[in-house]
Amino acid sequence: MTRALPVLTVLLAIIVVWYGAAVWMNAQWAQDQAARADTTLTTDELIRQTLTQERPVLPAPHQVAMGLWDGLFGQKFTSKRSLVWHGWITLSATMAGFAIGTLAGITLAVGIVHSRTMDQSVMPWAVASQSIPILAIAPMVIVVFASAGVTGLLPKAIIAAWLSFFPVLVGMVKGLRTPDRMQLDLMQSWNASAAQVFWRLRLPSSLPYLFASLKVAVAASLVGTIVGELPAGATAGLGARLLSGSYYGQTVQIWSALFAAAILAALLVMLIGVVEKLTLHRMGLAR
Amino acid sequence: MTALPILIVWLGAWGVNSWLSRFDTRLTRTLVPIVFGTTILLLWEMIVRIYSVPSVILPAPSQIGASFMANLPVLWTDFVQTIIKGALTGWIIGALAAIVTAIAIDRSTFLRRGLLPIGNFVAALPIVGIAPILVMWFGFDWQSKAAVVVVMVFFPILVNMVAGLAATEAMQRDLMATWAAPYWQSLWKLRMPAAMPFLFNGLKITTTLALIGAIVAEFFGSPTRGMGFRISTAVGRLDLPLVWAEILAAAIAGSLFYGIVALIEKKVTFWHPSQRT
Repeated sequence: MTRALPVLTVLLAIIVVWYGAAVWMNAQWAQDQAARADTTLTTDELIRQTLTQERPVLPAPHQVAMGLWDGLFGQKFTSKRSLVWHGWITLSATMAGFAIGTLAGITLAVGIVHSRTMDQSVMPWAVASQSIPILAIAPMVIVVFASAGVTGLLPKAIIAAWLSFFPVLVGMVKGLRTPDRMQLDLMQSWNASAAQVFWRLRLPSSLPYLFASLKVAVAASLVGTIVGELPAGATAGLGARLLSGSYYGQTVQIWSALFAAAILAALLVMLIGVVEKLTLHRMGLAR
Repeated sequence: MTALPILIVWLGAWGVNSWLSRFDTRLTRTLVPIVFGTTILLLWEMIVRIYSVPSVILPAPSQIGASFMANLPVLWTDFVQTIIKGALTGWIIGALAAIVTAIAIDRSTFLRRGLLPIGNFVAALPIVGIAPILVMWFGFDWQSKAAVVVVMVFFPILVNMVAGLAATEAMQRDLMATWAAPYWQSLWKLRMPAAMPFLFNGLKITTTLALIGAIVAEFFGSPTRGMGFRISTAVGRLDLPLVWAEILAAAIAGSLFYGIVALIEKKVTFWHPSQRT
């Protein structure tokens, strides 16, 4: 309770501020409508009108909640208006990309740890590439693949993989290097082969690092997928939902898609958190 | 058979690198990645030439370089519009806001307990999605891009700064108290300096985020200049060398941005163990 109370208070404060901002930002439109109809609004009417507009500048929290509820449960899951359907499209591309990126990252990290040439050649570039806005390439990847006749899940998955690749690589290299001299010497004195050192010492001690970077990576690959859905032509997925909402001024739709994406991200990170807890607990590494 | 020269170059460069990496001096440590990078560029050029890959799919590095040099004025206007006006302004505003907020909530344990989990949560969300909304609110010009950047960089910096302000030890704070240092003095002389490594960690992470935010926000509407605008229109005209030149410019800008922040960090936190050589 002592931990939940401050969070709930801050959340409540955010909602109050949000309502205030919704009234303030939507007031102009309501005033204009009233002026056109030659009526003046009492404060009470004004507030009520600002919170029930069809296309508000800033939708009130309950409007977003209703839009979200309607999108998630009000439609058939196969309907094109259903956020579950769009979310599934986004999720499948995210997971495919996440899997590819994680596998590639781990493989390369293993190579880097075991080969000094690879370490010195690749690692500086991997670190430098962190400072480059890779997401900006996303629309190009989509278009290039589309011109080669590949559309759908694969191009988005490649962007997602690219984004989740670097956190995993960097975290995994760090993790595989955590065993210190003493532990490595002990393995040596037991006459352990390189494979045994890897499976029984390096890999287990890298797991906490791996999970930390997996959390970053899954969030990054979701962002990558959503941005990959932005370029023209995409009709499915949460990113396309954002874009069509912004074209047609459907603010409630934008906010619902945004919140759906946020929920998806939170669920994915939490899922990895649960797996982390179970694994580390089972290995006796839990703190 | 056509793959033979490619293989030879690859194996040759790899051999040179394995040989170089055996010495492990400062010189070879800079040489090895340079050799590797050059090899990649060389292989790229060779693959494009030998298999005559159409430039619509993958332009050769030489083409990209030529396009970069030919379009310098265009790239410069885009750089000013997107990086200086959009990303940099937003980054500075967001960073200042986050630092001030961190100092403000640091005084209250209640606020810190409430805001930190939310800050951590928000930092993992796909915030780029807020771009269409902010473009609607602030118009097509750089103000909306700066606003997106502010929202994107705020939470990572906030979380780092709050952690940094909590990084002093009780002993150090007690010492300040025995000297009868008032709140502001102990903040300025003890806790701010102690928070600097954390703050710069946040600042460095967010340099990339700032560029991403500014570029992606331009996909939702922009004046007829800017990196995001140029990328999406050049893709539409299938002028891929220009797209890659734009990406090269973004990469250079990103590395410079990161490098400058890292340099300032070195000057400010010279006392920190990670900065000693």
